[in-house]
Amino acid sequence: MSTTSVEAGNTVIESKKAPTRSLAARLFRERYGFLLLLPGLVYFIWFRYVPMLGNIIAFEDYSPFKGFLHSDWVGLKHFKRIFEDAEVVRVIGNTLWLFFLQTLFAFPVPIILALMLNEVRNQRVKRLIQSVVYLPHFLSWVVVVGIVTIFLKTEGIVNKGLHFVFGMEPIQFLQEPGWFMPLIVLEVIWKEAGWGTIIFLAALAGVNPTLYEAAIVDGASRWRQMWHITLPAIRGTIIILLILRLGSVLDSGFTQIFLMLNPFTMDVGNVLDTFVYFKGIQQSDFSFGTAVGLFKGLVGLVLILAVNRLAKKFGEEGVF
Amino acid sequence: MPIKRTLSDRITDGINLLLLLLLSLVMLFPFYYITAVSFSSYEEFVNTELLLFPKAWVLDAYRFIFDSKEFIRSIGVTVYITIVGALVSLLLTSTMAFSLTRRLWGQRFYLFLVLFTFIFGAGMIPTYLIVKATGLINSYWSLIIPDAISSFNLIVMRQFFMSIPEELNEAAVIDGANDWQIYTRIILPLSKPALAAFGLFYAVGQWNTYFNAILYLNDPAKWTVQVILRQIVILDDAANTLASAARDAARSAHLPPPETIGMAAIILATIPILIVYPFLQKHFAKGVMLGSVKG
Repeated sequence: MSTTSVEAGNTVIESKKAPTRSLAARLFRERYGFLLLLPGLVYFIWFRYVPMLGNIIAFEDYSPFKGFLHSDWVGLKHFKRIFEDAEVVRVIGNTLWLFFLQTLFAFPVPIILALMLNEVRNQRVKRLIQSVVYLPHFLSWVVVVGIVTIFLKTEGIVNKGLHFVFGMEPIQFLQEPGWFMPLIVLEVIWKEAGWGTIIFLAALAGVNPTLYEAAIVDGASRWRQMWHITLPAIRGTIIILLILRLGSVLDSGFTQIFLMLNPFTMDVGNVLDTFVYFKGIQQSDFSFGTAVGLFKGLVGLVLILAVNRLAKKFGEEGVF
Repeated sequence: MPIKRTLSDRITDGINLLLLLLLSLVMLFPFYYITAVSFSSYEEFVNTELLLFPKAWVLDAYRFIFDSKEFIRSIGVTVYITIVGALVSLLLTSTMAFSLTRRLWGQRFYLFLVLFTFIFGAGMIPTYLIVKATGLINSYWSLIIPDAISSFNLIVMRQFFMSIPEELNEAAVIDGANDWQIYTRIILPLSKPALAAFGLFYAVGQWNTYFNAILYLNDPAKWTVQVILRQIVILDDAANTLASAARDAARSAHLPPPETIGMAAIILATIPILIVYPFLQKHFAKGVMLGSVKG
């Protein structure tokens, strides 16, 4: 509607000269718009879509000297390796186990925290608490893992405290394989739980307060109000976030895991993200690394499309 | 209408608030501890069983860090990447976000290209190989260009531009303005606070960047703050990482404990984030909500 008058004027002039060249005329008319689009479009094509085509090396024995197009074609060889290699199978197991733990323990925390924050009456106290719990989101993983390292090492404050209070021997938190996954989940909770509340609080802010008033008049307790009004208000958001999570079931967050891994925890902690890095970059096994990465991406794509369709079938809104 | 609160309501509220305050303490304690101990002296750090509040606050660890060429250089590098990166990202994101509001020929396709990256990414190795083929390995541009546009920020910024009253654009078009003039003379001036917020988000991302730095920079002389920080704290290797300062300190027989050096380094790497945090907080809730509007 914004350009109707101008468009109308242009069409009149153009139709006299060249009615068949309307597309060229339109492109010419929009040339400044395309000028603005161009840098971003080139970026997306070169750094996001050309690499997608570059996944072709998963079907080759890629050699940097022969290049993308001239390396030897080997078909599905590297994909077969994914399921034959005991190490990859274990890495996939670690990845799925971590996803399960994150969904079970880390995912509900922002929901509970948002419900708790929503019950705080004093707005200034609420904002103060929010300021504190959002902060860790902006710290880098190096800082977070650094803090954890300082706290948990053999002579760190946690072990000193345990010795001081209970007389316990130091626990090797960072080397003990059994502590690896719990620490990863706890770090995610510490860093992201506060930030994760924002989207739920936004949904809760949209709840009509007269609903609560009506419920109180009907004699509903606080818990019943939460069950019948507050929780239904964020159900859609929870489902959308769960769908998005499933789409990234095989993404574990490279930086955090990479920083936490050490030779003692490699067996239990190596996940697909870090495996691709170790294989593909450090050992220059480009084709195998790419095959594992492509496998990961495709699983995510299929899952998110499937779950989205499923959610719609059950009458929920879905993501797209 | 004010509703009278029952006793059990008050108790529930009290317990809730107590739990939230406890949680806030859990969030804040690491900051307090790291700050306090980073100022402790060698003698006190070594001799105290459980050091929670140093009696004497000294600057030894900070002095050691500022004596090291490596840390200072990494700060300089990271400041440069942060500023240039945020500006480049803002320019690329805002131009594209605006052009995607202009109903250009093929616009649905360009929008699809952006949205598809949400559900499928190219993967680490092919991206690495393209960055390498572009000739960016060991260049600071490798930290700026490959992640220059965040699809999420792009979509949120497009939503924001679309919320600017259409009448302004219409008036400009009638006055004979083209899209470039609308972008520079109407959209950008009206979006200054929003652009500042997006710029801050990009800047924080650049300051915190670690993955790209280890992927694309092989030369230790080019390390960013986060990479140096990992060497000092997580790999517990302050002496080698900050070799220039360690040599000087060894001569004066006064090397602070590596723990306090690590804590001081954490504080120094976190201070810039704390400085911009109030500005971030003012904007991010808005951003998340804008982003959740279906486009």
